[in-house]
Amino acid sequence: MSNVPVDTALEVTPAAAPIVVRAGAKPRRRFVFVRNGKSVTGLAILGVFVVLAVVGPWIAPYDPSKVGVGTLLAHPSAQHLLGTDHIGRDVFSQLLVGTRGVMVVGVLAAVIATLLAIAVGVTAGFLGGAGDEVLSAVSNIFLVIPALPLIILVAAAVRSTSNLTIALVLAGTGWAWGARLLRAQTLSLRRRDFVEAARASGERTWRIVWFETLPNLTAIIASSFISTMTFAVLSQTTLAFIGVANVNDWSWGTVLYWAQGNQALARGAWWWFVPAGVLIAVLGMALSLVNFGIDEFVNPRLRLAGLKPREMRKRGIRPRIGFTATVRDLPRRPEATR
Amino acid sequence: MRFLVRRVVFYVVTAWAAVTINFFIPRMIPGDPVQALINRYQGQLDSHAIQALYVLFGLDKKVSLWDQYWQYWGQLFRGDLGISFSYFPTPVSQVLRSSLPWTVGLVGVATIISVVGGSLVGVYLGWRRGTKADAIVPITTFFSSVPYFWLGIIAIAAFAVTWKVLPTGGGYDGNLLPSWSGAYVGSVLQHALLPGLTIVLSSIAGWILGMRNMMVTVTSEDYVTVAQAKGLSERRVMFGYAARNAILPQVSGFALSLGFVVSGTLVMEMVFSYPGIGFRLFQAIGGKDYPLMQGIFLVITLSVLVANILADVVYVLLDPRTRQEA
Repeated sequence: MSNVPVDTALEVTPAAAPIVVRAGAKPRRRFVFVRNGKSVTGLAILGVFVVLAVVGPWIAPYDPSKVGVGTLLAHPSAQHLLGTDHIGRDVFSQLLVGTRGVMVVGVLAAVIATLLAIAVGVTAGFLGGAGDEVLSAVSNIFLVIPALPLIILVAAAVRSTSNLTIALVLAGTGWAWGARLLRAQTLSLRRRDFVEAARASGERTWRIVWFETLPNLTAIIASSFISTMTFAVLSQTTLAFIGVANVNDWSWGTVLYWAQGNQALARGAWWWFVPAGVLIAVLGMALSLVNFGIDEFVNPRLRLAGLKPREMRKRGIRPRIGFTATVRDLPRRPEATR
Repeated sequence: MRFLVRRVVFYVVTAWAAVTINFFIPRMIPGDPVQALINRYQGQLDSHAIQALYVLFGLDKKVSLWDQYWQYWGQLFRGDLGISFSYFPTPVSQVLRSSLPWTVGLVGVATIISVVGGSLVGVYLGWRRGTKADAIVPITTFFSSVPYFWLGIIAIAAFAVTWKVLPTGGGYDGNLLPSWSGAYVGSVLQHALLPGLTIVLSSIAGWILGMRNMMVTVTSEDYVTVAQAKGLSERRVMFGYAARNAILPQVSGFALSLGFVVSGTLVMEMVFSYPGIGFRLFQAIGGKDYPLMQGIFLVITLSVLVANILADVVYVLLDPRTRQEA
C-alpha cells in the first residue's frame, strides 16, 4: 500500500516517454522497458510464484485443512517442513495451496483495474474540457477516500466473500492511481507532432487512440498494472488476516489469521507466522523490482549507467549534483535511449 | 487563491461522495440486507437492534429513496450515526468519540515523523546518488513490501514476547486511571512506541524513494548548476534550490497516499489492540456491526480530507506560483 509515491517520477517527466522506433528489416523489440537487470530479476521471481500458484495444490504434501496430520504445534521437521499449527495441520501445505488464491486475486484485480484505468485515463486525456474535469475528479475522489474501510464496508455488505468478489472489490477501489498517471501521459502525447500528423492525415479518433497513443503508453500501463497488483496482494492478505475474506479459502493472509487468533506469538510458534510474511515480502519485492526497472526506463536520469559506487571511486569520479555517469558499461539499447 | 478555492470545492464534492457511497452501499445489495445480517447473527440479535437496523437502512416505511437520502443527511448533521450492535445501546458517535483521539495521536505523529524524516533522507540520497548510501534504497523497499500488520506481529514477537522490554498491546497500563499524571502519560507513550515505530518503518520507504527520485531529476536542472557555479554553499544549493523544487510532488503525493497510510495503520491498531478507530473496526467486523463500520468509514474519510486541506495549505506556502492571482 505504501509504495504509491514511488511512481512520482513517472508523472512528472512526461517528456521522457518511451518511443519505440520501428527499424526497417530488424525484428521489432517489444517490451524493452522490462529488459534491464532489475525487471528481469523481478519477473523471474514472479514466474516462480505463478508456477507455484498452478502446481501448488498438486505438490502440497498434505491436505491443508486436514486436522491432526502431525502433532500439535510441531516444530519444523523433515515430515513437516514448516511445522504444524494448533490443531496439527501442515503449515507448508497451507502456504503452497494458498499461493493460488493470492495470485488469482492479485492478477484478476490488476487486470480489471488496469482496463478501467486505461478507459478512464485515456478518455479523460483525449476529451479535455468538462468531460476531463469530471473523470479526473472521480479518480481523485477514489484516491483520497481510504481504500481499506471502503473495501471492508462493501465486503461486509455482499453475501459471498469469494476470491472473485474480493478481486472485483479491489479492482473497483484500486484503478484510480493508474487512471491519473495515464491521463497525464495522454495529455502530453496528444499534442505531439506525430499525433497531430495522424490527425491531419484524416485518421479516425479510435485509430489515433489505438495505434498512435496506446503503444506509447505501454510502459506506464505496465507500471500501473504492477502497482495495482501490489495493492491487491497486500489488501487481499490484509482482508484475509482480519477475517473479512472467507477464512476457509487458504491464502497467506488466512494462515496469519489462524496464527494471530490462536496466540502463535505467545506460544513462540515462529514457523507459523514468519514464513507467510516472508512470502508476501518476496512477492512485493519482485513487483517493486519490475517497477524500478520500468521507472528507470521511463526516466533515464534515474539510471546509473552500469557504474557501481566502488568502480566510480576507483576511477576517481565523485558523484555530484547534475551528475550523469559515464556510459562505458551502458547496456546497448539503441531504440530506447532516443 | 483560485487554487485553494478549487481544492475546497473538490473536498466538498469528495465528502459528498463519501456520504452518498455510505448511503447507497447497503441499499444496493440485492435482497433484504437486514435479513442477511440477522442470518449472519444466527438469532443473537434482539428485536431493538433489528428495528434500529430497519430504520438505519430506511426499510421500515415506504418512503422514496430521495426522501430517505435527505433524512440521512439530516441525521448526519445532528451527529446521529445510528446505534452500534456490538456496544448496544451505545450510539456509534459516542464509540467513535472515545477512540478517535488515540488514532489521531498515534497516526498523526508517526506520519509526520515518517514524511519529514523520509524526505530528509531522500534529499541526502538524491544528492549523493551513486555512493554507498544507495544501499538504503533496497532495505527500505523490503520494509515497504511487507504488510504493516506482519511487521507489527514481528515487532511484538521480538520486543514484547522474546525480549520483554515493551508491552504487547493496548493503549495504556490497565492498572492506571486516565489522568494527566506522569505515570499515566508515561504509560501511554510507552504503549505507543512500538506501534508508532512500526508505522514509521513501513511507511518511510515511499517518502525516501519519491524524494530521492525527484532530487535526482531536479539536480540535473540548469538552475541548480548555475547556483553551484555561483559558488553558493553546498547546503544552500541542496536545500534552497534543489530540495525546495523537489519537495512539491511529495506534498501533493502526501495528499493522495494518506488514504493508503491510514488503511495500513488501521490494521496496525488491530494487531496491537490499540484502543483507536482501527481496533473498533476490527471489533465491528467480528460482531458484524454494520452501523459502526459505516460510522468509522465516514469519520476516517473526513479526517483524511482535513489532513489533505492542511497539505494544500503547505503547498501554497511552498509554491509561489499557486499564489499568483491573490
